[in-house]
Amino acid sequence: MPKQNNNKFKACFPHMGNYHVAFKSIAKLLDCEIITPPPISKKTIELGCKYSPEFVCIPFKYNLGNYIEALEKGANVIVQAGGGCRFGFYGEVQKEILKSLGYKFEFFKLNNSFNPFVIAKEFQKFNRRATIPFLLRGFALAFCQALAIEKIEDYVRKNIGFEKKEGEMEKLFNSFLMELDKINNFTQIYKTYNKFKINFHKIKTKKPKKPIRVGLVGELYVVMEPFSNFEIEKKLGKKGVEIHRFTTVSNIITSFLFSRKHVKRLMSDAKPYLKYHIGGHGLESVANAHKLARQGFDGLIHVKPFGCMPEINAMTALHRISQDYQFPIVYFSFDSLTSESGVATRLEAFYDMLIMKRKKYAKNQRIHGGGHRLHFHQSRSH
Amino acid sequence: MNQATKLKKADLIIGLPRALLYFKYHQLWEVFFKELGFKILVSPETNRQILKDGVNLAVDESCLPVKIFLGHVNYLKDKADYIFLPRIVSLNKKEELCTKFMGLYDNVNNTFDGKINILEYNIDFHFFQKNQARTFFEVGMKLVSNPLKVWLAYRKALKIYDNEHLKLIQEQEQRLKQKNNKLKILIVAHPYVIHDGLIGSPISKFLLKENVEIFYADLVESLPARKKAEEISSDMYWTYNKEFLGAIAQYAKKINGIIYIAAFPCGPDALSIELYQKKFPQIPSMNLTLDELQSEAGLMTRLESFVDILNLRKKKNAKTK
Repeated sequence: MPKQNNNKFKACFPHMGNYHVAFKSIAKLLDCEIITPPPISKKTIELGCKYSPEFVCIPFKYNLGNYIEALEKGANVIVQAGGGCRFGFYGEVQKEILKSLGYKFEFFKLNNSFNPFVIAKEFQKFNRRATIPFLLRGFALAFCQALAIEKIEDYVRKNIGFEKKEGEMEKLFNSFLMELDKINNFTQIYKTYNKFKINFHKIKTKKPKKPIRVGLVGELYVVMEPFSNFEIEKKLGKKGVEIHRFTTVSNIITSFLFSRKHVKRLMSDAKPYLKYHIGGHGLESVANAHKLARQGFDGLIHVKPFGCMPEINAMTALHRISQDYQFPIVYFSFDSLTSESGVATRLEAFYDMLIMKRKKYAKNQRIHGGGHRLHFHQSRSH
Repeated sequence: MNQATKLKKADLIIGLPRALLYFKYHQLWEVFFKELGFKILVSPETNRQILKDGVNLAVDESCLPVKIFLGHVNYLKDKADYIFLPRIVSLNKKEELCTKFMGLYDNVNNTFDGKINILEYNIDFHFFQKNQARTFFEVGMKLVSNPLKVWLAYRKALKIYDNEHLKLIQEQEQRLKQKNNKLKILIVAHPYVIHDGLIGSPISKFLLKENVEIFYADLVESLPARKKAEEISSDMYWTYNKEFLGAIAQYAKKINGIIYIAAFPCGPDALSIELYQKKFPQIPSMNLTLDELQSEAGLMTRLESFVDILNLRKKKNAKTK
């Protein structure tokens, strides 16, 4: 098919972690030029804060900053998804704010409705060839890209702290993203993924038999966007910690598609601590925390934007889990004024505490032949 | 929760915390339990001690109404056998409430380590088609064994609640029609903020003292207001905020100013107030944010100057006419 760009429109989308590759595939379905906003920087958040309502949660500010930067670059269509706690309402307010700033643009919302006909109709306003099969292929492609990124990211998260030559993984990961960005069909995604998977496994690591394992749970944007959480994963990972994370875009999409089953499974995981769904990703946070506590993880990091109500609901349950299982949890709450050094200091202290706990446990085991209560929790179950 | 041990009816005391949705539904709750033959105990108006207890108990980033709610629960926990609280996800189709109501049961239960008896009612219309009647029936059946009695009690409570609510709305509309020289100000705030004894009522008392006619945005007929809101905003899905938007549209041409009051850090209000102001830029408005560290003097100064500005503006308008 000869590629003909609809010159009138230039689409842009907000950033979130490394997912810009997948978001781009969705924006491509509009069949117009795509403007990737510049990577999130201090300027982005400053712009976002300047024009946002005062105590709206931080993802709103980042998104708004992204939009302003992209609009400055010449974009005139904004693509945004909906759903979730406050996220479904972001679009309308952001539209009003940007309009009052004098930008001219169209807002394209992938709204809360999952009716394929409605979605197709929305797309057809921009792209006449957008039939349902065409869109399905596009979404599936984006999903596969996201999945590939996540699988590689997961490997990196678990091993980056143990590489023999520092910096190798990051380099390889960047070239992986570059390559994935150019691809436009399923087989090539699969091939690239496999190629890089082998390459990643070739990187020599010095992983101990039982590394320190820490989970990361919390509100989805802050978990997935490394700039907004001051690269917690990388900072802690580089110290020699295996980090496990469960919130990923593909996870969120599958949980949407199989919502009832998913919620049922999570409820049984979160059992004595929650009776009902508490909104947003709070249930996920509690269920995963409980699971990790039982699996004998060393600790847990909980992140959220300031004032995130679902996660505050979750925190009450997390306090109890922490007490009942003697399970260390550190809570971070991010706002535009959070200082990086403050986060780094707390993270360092958390890491030192985990090491001390390990040592104490090892000593206990030598003396008593296993800690009385810790023994059960420290046993690994896969 | 030990539901199995059904106590003798006469001994049971049901505690109603005077916070959050109590201000909206208190007639419904009180009449319902009285009809079933239980004693009810309502916690007193919020005072400094209750707020202090609540702040100590709550996660420090919770919003102010939740902190106050926990303070009230703390007051009631030793005095009542059950504490009655709502867990509401959505009241209407394609609408939701703030997530604090969604997690209220678990929030309270976990805060008190699962050591208090909670009697909750769970409305989730959008996802599970559980409406108010069904949930009240379930609550009643936990306490008494006669379904007819529960049903009649609910009907009576609902009737009284509806009548009272309608009366308040009509009274407000009549006040709007009255022609006098008073300044007319619409207060857009959740009932659990503006009617709360400690944080909200000083504001309304002050405004009344300043000879201002005040109207509350939560006193509107729900369905027409929400329909009107849908015309203005396509995406808003919080029931109460939709009512406010409808109320503002309804009152827009008849009032002199609007005071938006939000509790810190209220999630829905943070976004919606921005939208209200963008949609109705022609009405003079003021934005107040309340938190537990608020000094009353600062608040009153701001209110006073706002009232002064509105008065000047009114005089000016009268002159040009």
